[in-house]
Amino acid sequence: MPLAVEVESITKHFATKMALDDVSFNIEAGEVLALLGPNGAGKTTLIRILSTLLTPDRGHARIAGLDVQGDAKKVRSLIGLAGQYASVDELLTGRENLELIGILYHLDKREYQRRAQAALERMSLTDAGDQQVKTYSGGMRRRLDLAASLIGQSPVLFLDEPTTGLDPRTRNDLWQFIKDLVADGATVLLTTQYMEEAEHLANDIIVLNAGRVVAQGTADQLKEELGGDVLEVRVAKHADLERAADLVTEFGTAPPRLNHDLDQFNIPIQDGVKALIAAGRALDDGGIDLVDLGIRRPSLDEVFLSLTGEGSAQSTAKPETPPTRGTHD
Amino acid sequence: MTDLAHERLLSQPIALTPRLALRDLKGITKRNLLRIIRTPQLLFMTIVQPVIVLLLFRYVLGGAIRIPGVNYVDFVIPGIFLEAVLLGGMTTALALAQDLQMGMIDRFRSLPMARSAFLAGRTLADLCRSLFALIFIIGVGVLAGFRFHNSVGACLGGVGLIILFGYSFTWVYAAVGLAVKDPQTAQLAAILPMFILFFASSALVPVATMPGWLQSFARNQPATLVINSVRALFEGGPVFHNLWQAVAWCVGIFIVFFFVSLNLYRKAVA
Repeated sequence: MPLAVEVESITKHFATKMALDDVSFNIEAGEVLALLGPNGAGKTTLIRILSTLLTPDRGHARIAGLDVQGDAKKVRSLIGLAGQYASVDELLTGRENLELIGILYHLDKREYQRRAQAALERMSLTDAGDQQVKTYSGGMRRRLDLAASLIGQSPVLFLDEPTTGLDPRTRNDLWQFIKDLVADGATVLLTTQYMEEAEHLANDIIVLNAGRVVAQGTADQLKEELGGDVLEVRVAKHADLERAADLVTEFGTAPPRLNHDLDQFNIPIQDGVKALIAAGRALDDGGIDLVDLGIRRPSLDEVFLSLTGEGSAQSTAKPETPPTRGTHD
Repeated sequence: MTDLAHERLLSQPIALTPRLALRDLKGITKRNLLRIIRTPQLLFMTIVQPVIVLLLFRYVLGGAIRIPGVNYVDFVIPGIFLEAVLLGGMTTALALAQDLQMGMIDRFRSLPMARSAFLAGRTLADLCRSLFALIFIIGVGVLAGFRFHNSVGACLGGVGLIILFGYSFTWVYAAVGLAVKDPQTAQLAAILPMFILFFASSALVPVATMPGWLQSFARNQPATLVINSVRALFEGGPVFHNLWQAVAWCVGIFIVFFFVSLNLYRKAVA
């Protein structure tokens, strides 16, 4: 049985910039893989290579066993692409956009009309279906873009930052939608800057930074890799915050990180329970009133930051407040 | 779930047959025609501009230009037709640069469609726009005193030659649009060859009135050859020599720029 996607030592330069450096991974049929990385990490370049738009300098990629260069024509009938930019025609209606894509996937008329209607319904665009796309909101465009990539019912889907810049509700809708697709037997490669999105949707996560794979595994494995737990402390009185942090510092493996707005701090620890008890005792002896004290696993955000080094401010933002799209890679 | 995924993965791709390629072409042409109809301001501009040039030379400047044996309006109209189809081609460059910038070309290139259908669908839609513009300009021309003086067949042949020239040049503009990638630049880049071909030709004045160094260019460039042929076809007179050269230019331009454009499209990166 062929793998859905095989990427073998792909390398790509642009002028002097190394966009992808010896990237390899596989995706099994029916799996979702998230490529997680900051802007400029090479995510879009990889998607463009896999969707036959760009030739790699070195390495090979195969979709369902077919080479993306040698068998590009066959590969194109197996893939669906939704871009970072909502690439739909503004002057056509939503329905006209979808039907055109259906024609170009070589579906017969009855079938593409049926699928366009179904896709509009699924994306809650029925009412707007016969309006020109230029009247659509950003979220509606993105939904239409995603719908367009589905008309071919392609077994392999490439979703390049499908939820960047969307409000939380639309994002949740799209997440559910992507899950439905996978339940229908699609294999998905998605890129994202949001840890939460990768954790929510993907079986497997690859962290890409400056063109290199810096980590790969499930969300749990990645957290494991960072090692240790995090002790989280919340004090009752704001005035106690700094003193409490000082009292606990000796039990941590790194300095505590304070959040003055929430009157809380966290600190990475080893030996979870022992450290928790020792810290609790020290705080109690110090006469600090606590609201909360506990151990938790590090968030994927923290993993991501430690893997990608400096990590831009943007890439630490959580999806609850999605940043507007910055420069794209 | 995984069985379903495997099954879908092994689904046989549909082979691209000439019939399917034609269907692709039809779909893309229809899309572009809809875009033309839904931007009437652009359509309007590409018609109004040649009409203004026609009226300017018919009523303002034409009085000062004496061409023996022919009404100036009859002399100038083939040039105006040519300007109209060149101007129409400019919108090809603009539209392709827009498609590239908007990511539409990425999407089309990732589909199993025939690649040439994307460009051919663009140029065919622009050909329809040029036809529409020509009909309108013929109407205005007739109101301003223009008359066909030759047989219906010859006159249709003249219009046909203009259309052939316009269509060939659409492929030049397709290459320009894909090469410069930015809609504003595309528009500017497309104006330059149009100015050179239109003004340094027999469109507005006889080539013999130009300085010698310019004459040798103006006499042999395709726009002059086309205009002279069309003039002869509309007015009567010897046509063969200019005509075969004009057709050869058109076919040559078409073949070269068809492949140049297709190659640019294959490698297009916004």
